[in-house]
Amino acid sequence: MHKKHTTAVSEEIIISIRGLEKSFGNNHVLRGVDLDLYRGENLVVLGRSGTGKSVLIKIIVGLLKPDAGTVMVLGENIAHLDDKALLQLRLKIGFSFQSSALYDSMTVRENLEFPLLRNSRQLSKEEINSAVKEVLEDVGLQQTIDQYPAELSGGQRKRIGIARTLIMRPKIMLYDEPTAGLDPVTSVEINSLINEVQERYNTSSIIITHDLTCASATGDRVALLLDGRFARVGSFDEVFNTNDERINSFYDYNFIK
Amino acid sequence: MKSKTRTYVISRTLDNFFGGVFELLQFIGKFFRELTPPFEWKEIIRQCYYVGYRSLPLISVTSFVVGIVFTKQSRPSLAEFGATSWLPSLVAIAIFRALAPLVTALIAAGKVGSNIGAELGSMRVTEQIDAMEVSATNPFKFLVVSRVLATTLMLPVLMFYMGFISMLGAYLNILANEHTSFTTFFIKALEKITFLDMFSSLIKTFIFGFSIGIIGTYQGYNASQGTLGVGRAANAAVVASMFTVFIEEIIIVQITNWFR
Ligand SMILES: Nc1ncnc2c1ncn2[C@@H]1O[C@H](COP(=O)(O)OP(=O)(O)OP(=O)(O)O)[C@@H](O)[C@H]1O
Ligand SMILES: [Mg+2]
Repeated sequence: MHKKHTTAVSEEIIISIRGLEKSFGNNHVLRGVDLDLYRGENLVVLGRSGTGKSVLIKIIVGLLKPDAGTVMVLGENIAHLDDKALLQLRLKIGFSFQSSALYDSMTVRENLEFPLLRNSRQLSKEEINSAVKEVLEDVGLQQTIDQYPAELSGGQRKRIGIARTLIMRPKIMLYDEPTAGLDPVTSVEINSLINEVQERYNTSSIIITHDLTCASATGDRVALLLDGRFARVGSFDEVFNTNDERINSFYDYNFIK
Repeated sequence: MKSKTRTYVISRTLDNFFGGVFELLQFIGKFFRELTPPFEWKEIIRQCYYVGYRSLPLISVTSFVVGIVFTKQSRPSLAEFGATSWLPSLVAIAIFRALAPLVTALIAAGKVGSNIGAELGSMRVTEQIDAMEVSATNPFKFLVVSRVLATTLMLPVLMFYMGFISMLGAYLNILANEHTSFTTFFIKALEKITFLDMFSSLIKTFIFGFSIGIIGTYQGYNASQGTLGVGRAANAAVVASMFTVFIEEIIIVQITNWFR
């Protein structure tokens, strides 16, 4: 069940987070987060609901502003980027939303074309068509091309959401709960899609989840978010080989021993 | 104790109101800052089409009925003075000065404003706006600016359309009673309409259209999380834009009267 092989993970740091803090009013969500993402790895971020996993990756793409700490993405401090530089950086990041966030008013094809049309205006119609076909093949959903998001299942939406980010050839992928709300079989399919993306597109990824099956199937390393900090970081077994009650209960509830 | 809580509630309400107005002004400021080329032409044209398409059926029916009923109801008063020949110009003045801009704006607030509020609200709540932002598209320019431009440009068009259809309704009533020919009716009707009338109605509908667009997009764009937020945004868009249209109507009528 564990991830079989690990593609060569280099020492190069893609995302580096130091002392990150974020509060909403009295709700201190992140309280000094430190984290490194290495080139080529799948880093799983585990944590209970409401611990700030989504907030963390929204800060990485600049959707939310941190209160304190630094976030370096591909060598750039996101706090110091102007609008234009931030746009350029975002082109290199694929963000798969927890809710898929497909554009309701557009077909699958239009959803996929959208980022391409607006960011690479020099592309011809054929080039766009073949790019759309290619990512649809990658996620195995060629037949849905003319359907609207409302006509897709939850798992299909997730895949199209991933395809929409792949079309821009991102260097970094951020998956927010890719398997939440999916049946076990579909979850396994999504897990292997995540691993395929890692290999085929050479992405470095952060995968947010509270699904331990997903964590062990996709993660090269696992980081456990607890009380606003990363309590443990390491391989799946290292993280859970502990006497810490808070961590063990997390494990037990997932695998009801 | 009791009066204390009441003061507290009143001050809270005032705080919320002025806080809301301040945020809306900031939103308007952002609109003008984002109003720079390159424009999203395709999206603007699509939105113009929707604004017209959504309100056209209702505006057609309403204006026709308004034309007939208004003429019918005004007839007895004029007949008392034996002045029914003034009916066409009376109706034309009422329609082009007051009724057409106001009724068009109210219908658009109901149909278009609520639609924009609900559409952007659900895009906000389901993270579609965030998705646009991370795929390096400026969602404010794509969603807000295009819709506000569309309502601003389309409302005057709808207003003239409404005026024209109302006049057709009025003509039907006049035809039934006086057998006036169509051309005579129109010449008589337009005789008393001045450039100032048309110009102020035009400006008025530009302002109404802008208000409906900006309030609808503001409510939707800032919808709070959850599906409740979508309904609230749609509702607030209608109520706030109708209220604004009334206030603007009063102010603009005052200003135009100084020029007469
Ligand atoms: N925009 C926001 N405004 C106010 N509070 C927020 C906002 N976004 C998140 N929060 C709060 O931050 C906390 C963490 O939220 P977050 O969405 O990151 O949780 P999560 O770890 O992703 O949980 P889940 O697994 O349920 O998705 C929550 O308590 C939430 O209420
Ligand atoms: Mg989350």
